[in-house]
Amino acid sequence: MEPYETVKHDVLIIGAGGAGLRAAISVLEAGLDCGIVSKSLLGKAHTVMAEGGAAAALGNMHEPDDWRVHFRDTIVGGAYLNNHRMVEIFAHEAIDRVLELEEYGAVFDRTPEGLIAQRPFGGHTYRRLNHVGDRTGLELIRTLQDRAVSMGPTVHMEWTVTRLLTSDRGVVGAVAYDRSDGRIIVIQAKAVVLATGGWGRMYRYTSNSWESTGDGAAMALEAGADLIDMEMVQFHPTGMLWPPSMRGILVTEAVRGEGGILRNGTGERFMFKPEYMPERYQGKFADSPEEAARWLDDKQNNRRPPELLPRDEVARAIYKEVRAGRGTVHGGVHLDVTHRGAAYIRRKLPSMYEQFMALGSVDITAEPMEVYPTVHYTMGGIHVDADTCQTAVPGLFAAGECAGGLHGANRLGGNSLTDILVFGRRAGLSAVEAASERKHEPISESQVAAEVELLLAPLGRTQGEKPSVIASELQEIMQNNAMIERSHEGLTACLSKLQELKERAGRLSAAGDRRYNPGWHAARDLLFQLRLSEAIVRSALERKESRGAQWRSDYPATDPEWGKVNLTVALRGDELVVTRVPLPPMPEHLQAIMNEGKK
Amino acid sequence: MRDTIRLRVFRGDASGGEEREYEVKTFPGMVVLDAIHQIQGEQDGTLACRWNCKAAKCGSCSAEINGLPRLMCKSRVEEFYDAAGVIRVHPIKTFPLIKDLVTDVSWNYKVAESIPPLRIREGTPRPLRMDQSDVERAQEFRKCIECFLCQTVCHVLRDHNRTDAYFGPRYMVKIAALDMHPLDSVERRSFLRRSAGVGYCNITKCCQEVCPEHIHITDNAIIPLKERVADEFYDPIRMLVRRLSGRK
Ligand SMILES: Cc1cc2nc3c(=O)[nH]c(=O)nc-3n(C[C@H](O)[C@H](O)[C@H](O)COP(=O)(O)OP(=O)(O)OC[C@H]3O[C@@H](n4cnc5c(N)ncnc54)[C@H](O)[C@@H]3O)c2cc1C
Ligand code: SF4
Ligand code: SF4
Ligand code: FES
Repeated sequence: MEPYETVKHDVLIIGAGGAGLRAAISVLEAGLDCGIVSKSLLGKAHTVMAEGGAAAALGNMHEPDDWRVHFRDTIVGGAYLNNHRMVEIFAHEAIDRVLELEEYGAVFDRTPEGLIAQRPFGGHTYRRLNHVGDRTGLELIRTLQDRAVSMGPTVHMEWTVTRLLTSDRGVVGAVAYDRSDGRIIVIQAKAVVLATGGWGRMYRYTSNSWESTGDGAAMALEAGADLIDMEMVQFHPTGMLWPPSMRGILVTEAVRGEGGILRNGTGERFMFKPEYMPERYQGKFADSPEEAARWLDDKQNNRRPPELLPRDEVARAIYKEVRAGRGTVHGGVHLDVTHRGAAYIRRKLPSMYEQFMALGSVDITAEPMEVYPTVHYTMGGIHVDADTCQTAVPGLFAAGECAGGLHGANRLGGNSLTDILVFGRRAGLSAVEAASERKHEPISESQVAAEVELLLAPLGRTQGEKPSVIASELQEIMQNNAMIERSHEGLTACLSKLQELKERAGRLSAAGDRRYNPGWHAARDLLFQLRLSEAIVRSALERKESRGAQWRSDYPATDPEWGKVNLTVALRGDELVVTRVPLPPMPEHLQAIMNEGKK
Repeated sequence: MRDTIRLRVFRGDASGGEEREYEVKTFPGMVVLDAIHQIQGEQDGTLACRWNCKAAKCGSCSAEINGLPRLMCKSRVEEFYDAAGVIRVHPIKTFPLIKDLVTDVSWNYKVAESIPPLRIREGTPRPLRMDQSDVERAQEFRKCIECFLCQTVCHVLRDHNRTDAYFGPRYMVKIAALDMHPLDSVERRSFLRRSAGVGYCNITKCCQEVCPEHIHITDNAIIPLKERVADEFYDPIRMLVRRLSGRK
């Protein structure tokens, strides 16, 4: 067989975004040997791109915010599909995790009293997003990176893990290859944390980078874990639309948080239309543009503008406006923040200003931006225990965007950056505990051999299909059939096309050799993407209702019965099996918090 | 804009290489990274480059475009092609080449590991309070996306190859960010002079000119750091007074 190298760690962390780095800090604090693997260089993970802020109820803005309101907002925003225990832990601990970042050296924007400044965001009752201008993710990842690095982990940059190795005792390690030279490495570990992020790359227009192919979730599935809420894919209301080169790139929600106004092609401020105000939010938003304007300077006595409804609602409204023929020239809507004045915009939204100026030749202090929904985030993911981040596989934990459950059917903006801190830490602590009870186990040579064969096959094939061709077809069908608006017809057509692509993907070929060869790398990524695309489509087909991000044109109503179950996906043989799992009943103390909100 | 352009991309590795020409179709707003992606997707999947965000936020896609150190995702093609529609794309020069547009930047990460991290002054009350006006300096430096374009143009590293003696502008910015954090208590002056080699910088400002984040590397980071080091080494009395009064 192909020779391979072996390395050993107490704990292996796959992924160096916020979740992976925060997990690493916990492992290193416990004095264990910690290996961190990432596909990119350190500090380049998706987390770096986050803009608007990290949500935690610090209550620095003279508003009666606390974790309970954050809890309630998250569940209402998630259309009641969230795992309540995860949300409880999250809303509580987010506060300490943000303050801890300051101890590590993060420098947030300040209030006049010198505390961390917080901005409003969609679905959050109060100003709750702790931020640094519009580059909060950079602050977060650099802070965690510096902290982790100062504690001496082993960082394997530009390695891609392609399979988890298991025995009857659970996970025992992983197979990886070094992107720069194609060397194969077997990593042995007593415990493994998956922190591999999301999977927006299956869609044509996305704010996600090439890394977002869902490797971690697919590998967990293949190792015996199950996934949850896979139908729930977030379409962010405001992606860039023009020029085509920039299509899909994110326009942060902070623009609306800072007062940005949405107008359709006819100039109408459409978010005020009653049809776009969902029942559960009625009475909570400004009912006239005048009130929305007053809110900018007086948040106590006025309600938020409807542009700050949760993302699922705003994205759908934009989609409907455009479909009804009220779009802009390029088929989007306008987002206008010019009324805030040039100086304010450049201070509060510097990277948006720069992004539009440099890439779109649009001066956002003087003219509106053209926007359209873009695929942004995956609420679904690896099914984990709320308290420990434990997956169904012993020794295997998952945290961050690759895990599911916290956000339910729709994630509120800002909740991911604190999700990755809260559950990154918890996964790290659980891995420490697991590592103390488990030992390095022998590796199954046959599992390694199977992976190596799969990995290297495309290089040996001269006749075969290019991964880029299939990946592009995949994006097309997912964009057309599994996007904002879904139907039985579209989803079944998508499923049969997926079947065809899966077959063709068995004959991939890649030119060149194993040295830094993106064409070859893409071949393995594609198999993960196909697996997860199928999980998304099968779950979306199964859920015969509209809720949160899932909008079925053939089942437009929200069905209370469907509100009682999550869908999980497991792999049986080579088949994906979707199961309905009842949501655990909400305990009284949490029910009381929910009821308070109805008053 | 022209309908097609010709990209001359360096192909090769540490043992050598050459420019290869690819014809690509243009579209509105196209950046050089789009052109590279088009080549990878349609003509040659083995072409190696790094990228992540495609929005000038991650600092992965550094290259030398027509000899200028730039982010490929922030470089519109129409600003770069010549009369014949040609754009030349090469890897950044200061670091060892791995393949095509990908270089080995690991030295930078080793430098980062050696910098003494932040330590908040003992007895500081919680929650931490800082004035916006006091954090702004540090925030400017914390905008750095680690694209290493400044490292690649700094002649101390590029022409004189003194990675053994000087950390380079990126890490002057990093040290300045720590030093200008209002609550930091670590003394880094002798470290700056001895290990980091701040004295090697002769203020040519080339680094500042290429920074895509518009950080005033020389003016706001390096010159103040040089002044501090000068204080420490030439004015022991002032230093003592400052130490006793708890100011840096
Ligand atoms: C443009 C943009 C703006 C955003 N803004 C906000 C915001 O303002 N507020 C907010 O809360 N959220 C925001 N989000 C969402 C948030 O940034 C992400 O959900 C979050 O950062 C995910 O962190 P993570 O640690 O789970 O994963 P990531 O940061 O995605 O990191 C994944 C890591 O896993 C590694 N990896 C993946 N697969 C493999 C493999 N096979 N082998 C080895 N390593 C692997 C990757 O290399 C990477 O290091 C934004 C997202 C985008 C795209
Ligand atoms: S100013 Fe100093 S650090 Fe910057 S390029 Fe010149 S010598 Fe290098
Ligand atoms: S200081 Fe500027 S040029 Fe240097 S690495 Fe940072 S962002 Fe790049
Ligand atoms: S791809 Fe992130 S800076 Fe260019």
